[in-house]
Amino acid sequence: MNRRIPEDVLIEALSTGDLVPESPPRAAVLPRPDKAPQAEAEASPHPISRDDSEGALLEVAVGPHHPSTHGVFRMDVVLDGERVVRLKPVFGYLHRNHEKLGEGGTYLAAMPYTDRLDYFCSLTNNWAYALAVERLAGLEVPERAEYIRVITAELTRVLNHACLIGFLLQELGAMGTPIMYAFREREKILELVEALTGSRMMCNYMRFGGCRCDLPNGWIEACRDVVDALPRFLDEFENLLSTNEILMARTQGIGVLSSELAVQAGVTGPMLRASGVNYDLRRVDRYGIYDRFEFGVPLGAHGDVYDRYMIRMLEMRESVRILQQALRAVPAGPIINPKARLRGFKPPVGEVYGRIEAPKGELGFYLISDGSANPYRYRIRPPSFINLTILEDMCRGATLQDTVVILGAVDIVMGEVDR
Amino acid sequence: METLEQIKCRIEAAIPGVGLDIQCNRVVPGQASLVVPPARALEVARFLRDDSRLALDYCSNVSGVDWLDRVVEEHVRVTRLVDGQERVFEECRERRVPGHLEAVYHLYSMRLKHGPVILRQRTVNRVDQARLASLTPVWRSAEFQEREAYDLFGIVFEGHPDLRRILMWDEFRDSPMRKDYVEPDDYEYEPTPHDDLREKARRHYPIEADA
Amino acid sequence: MDEGLRSELSRQGVFATTIQDLYNWGCRNSLWPLNFGLACCAIEMIAASMARFDIARFGAEVFRPSPRQADLMIVAGTVTKKMAPQVVRLYNQMPEPKYVIAMGACAISGGPFKRGYNVLKGIDRYVPVDVHIPGCPPRPEALLHALITLQEKIASRKLTGPSRARAFQEEAPGEFPVPEYGPYDLVPAKNTDLWRPKPITRNE
Repeated sequence: MNRRIPEDVLIEALSTGDLVPESPPRAAVLPRPDKAPQAEAEASPHPISRDDSEGALLEVAVGPHHPSTHGVFRMDVVLDGERVVRLKPVFGYLHRNHEKLGEGGTYLAAMPYTDRLDYFCSLTNNWAYALAVERLAGLEVPERAEYIRVITAELTRVLNHACLIGFLLQELGAMGTPIMYAFREREKILELVEALTGSRMMCNYMRFGGCRCDLPNGWIEACRDVVDALPRFLDEFENLLSTNEILMARTQGIGVLSSELAVQAGVTGPMLRASGVNYDLRRVDRYGIYDRFEFGVPLGAHGDVYDRYMIRMLEMRESVRILQQALRAVPAGPIINPKARLRGFKPPVGEVYGRIEAPKGELGFYLISDGSANPYRYRIRPPSFINLTILEDMCRGATLQDTVVILGAVDIVMGEVDR
Repeated sequence: METLEQIKCRIEAAIPGVGLDIQCNRVVPGQASLVVPPARALEVARFLRDDSRLALDYCSNVSGVDWLDRVVEEHVRVTRLVDGQERVFEECRERRVPGHLEAVYHLYSMRLKHGPVILRQRTVNRVDQARLASLTPVWRSAEFQEREAYDLFGIVFEGHPDLRRILMWDEFRDSPMRKDYVEPDDYEYEPTPHDDLREKARRHYPIEADA
Repeated sequence: MDEGLRSELSRQGVFATTIQDLYNWGCRNSLWPLNFGLACCAIEMIAASMARFDIARFGAEVFRPSPRQADLMIVAGTVTKKMAPQVVRLYNQMPEPKYVIAMGACAISGGPFKRGYNVLKGIDRYVPVDVHIPGCPPRPEALLHALITLQEKIASRKLTGPSRARAFQEEAPGEFPVPEYGPYDLVPAKNTDLWRPKPITRNE
């Protein structure tokens, strides 16, 4: 059980560089023991026919009120002893009819609702929606607004990943400490967000063709202070967690997802990259101005929960790199395209699918315009919902307590799953 | 990546008699879509996934769309006998175009990093023949999204491994995302109704001026 | 006991109180909330329990996962129709005396999602609510304010007499009927014994 991360591997992973090679160096390459043979036998295709089983399967509904389900999510689990035989996720306990409401209002009226999709990352949700509508209406975004968007999106990514790791550790039984650290950083970032947008969580900040308001005085400096302090926080967080014996024992080799299945099931975001697939929309689509920044795309080698944890740690460091570059280069200028109309906004007849790399994966908006002020069809492609497709595959054969960890590492937010 | 016309030609060469259509999209370049008959959708999907030049291994988004019945006005020339003479009249006739439900698939390639290719399947009508082929056997990511389209739009996906309601409860009997859905009336307490809620609240609280 | 005698006694080192005050004092300073988040507001509820806002200062940091061990339900977020029966069931499972804080616009009235077909237009259609906090989401300070308001409410609670609190009335219901899923809506759509909104008359 004595596993350690060699420091040189970590550093190599961090300096993945700006250009992603065809077969990039794998991050989080950890020496691991071979799979315990016993666990292998138990995870065989016929887990029920074990001698000690009395043939009685137990059906348990985990949720919708359960402290480890990240909100009102339910898993109908069929257990054979401690082992999961079948797992069916049940959704809809937070189905707030976002799409119907979006179709009932104007384009801009849907913007506040996007805040409440993934309520950790309202700024990236805003961006995804604004991006889709801008494509539909053919609006250009001014330089300064692009920089502000990148800065806020990367702050959001740090915030999301830090909180996720806190929650994941909470589910492992580390009550309090990691999540307190994460929320301490969250408060610092939220202060910046509040100074910029006027709200802690529900920012409603982006507009079609730019942003709602300009940076307040001294914001860049305040942001730089926070960003410069982030590496220290990340070091502290990693020292606390990355080589933690319990974390390694509980997460390595758990919930393994092969890259083939991940692609097949449309998994995106850090979960996909933990399975070793190099697909980051910031690089693939080069939306916004991401082609101007140097950053690496960390990739996992094993596709287990530990890799998912590690990928998020490394992504936070890459976000800090982007933030430092962006904060140096924010140009002066307008923050919204003067051609953009707030009132009476009617895009031409057509349809668009716009997507960005949200902290949880590919967040897409599919809009059909019939030429009126309301979208005819307003569809959200929620990353955490689709990442749950393979939850059963990852959990089959695992114990019930591992299910909680696997679910935690998927990183779901119910506002987005059920919409 | 190839253009949609080239893709269409290659599919038609590979799957004879498939009958594809292109729905153009004037506002967003590169996001025109391919209309696929449901009977051949699975074959087309397999081709798109397995073809080495396309390799569309990743189905990003599956979306249901509801198109209501429409009334189209047509100007028809009619010849009639008036006072023993044949005359040509122009008449305006209303023709009812039955609505349909649609499933839209956005496909990308993670291997070759290109896309999107957009597929559309259309049902015959909105009532009794709202059936489409499920593409879940080709792309697992469609599993929950097709269930969602079944739940909210009432599109039945044939060949889906587990077609149940996903967001609404099992006893629910309606398709709430359809355009003609009427929601239950629970606006009996609306201290500040506005817009269309005003009408709903009025049913419960006659406003003094009306009463 | 009159105030003069009480202060005289306390000067002599004798602490005199009533059972009611002592009971209420203990009760209000050790509220155990149910670890129960529904939506966005739950994140601010978690933030309130973290180091910066530190709900422990008010004795309410012991978030219990089980309703059997909790006496305060913070309805933090949108209650959907699919979730409403579970919320009522959780409320029914909590021991008396129990309190409910409706946190955020959604829990109060449906909030921004009020027009949704699956959104319950206020949790007070099914369970009695003691404190409402507006906001979308309310800041953690607002949750602390709600907690203090609830503590004041508990402090002034009567244990005996005709105006005693609901929990001490034998005939008052401690459990409420759980709605069932119907073909179009919840059945019943509201608990009419509980939900009696003020009649609205309006002139335009």
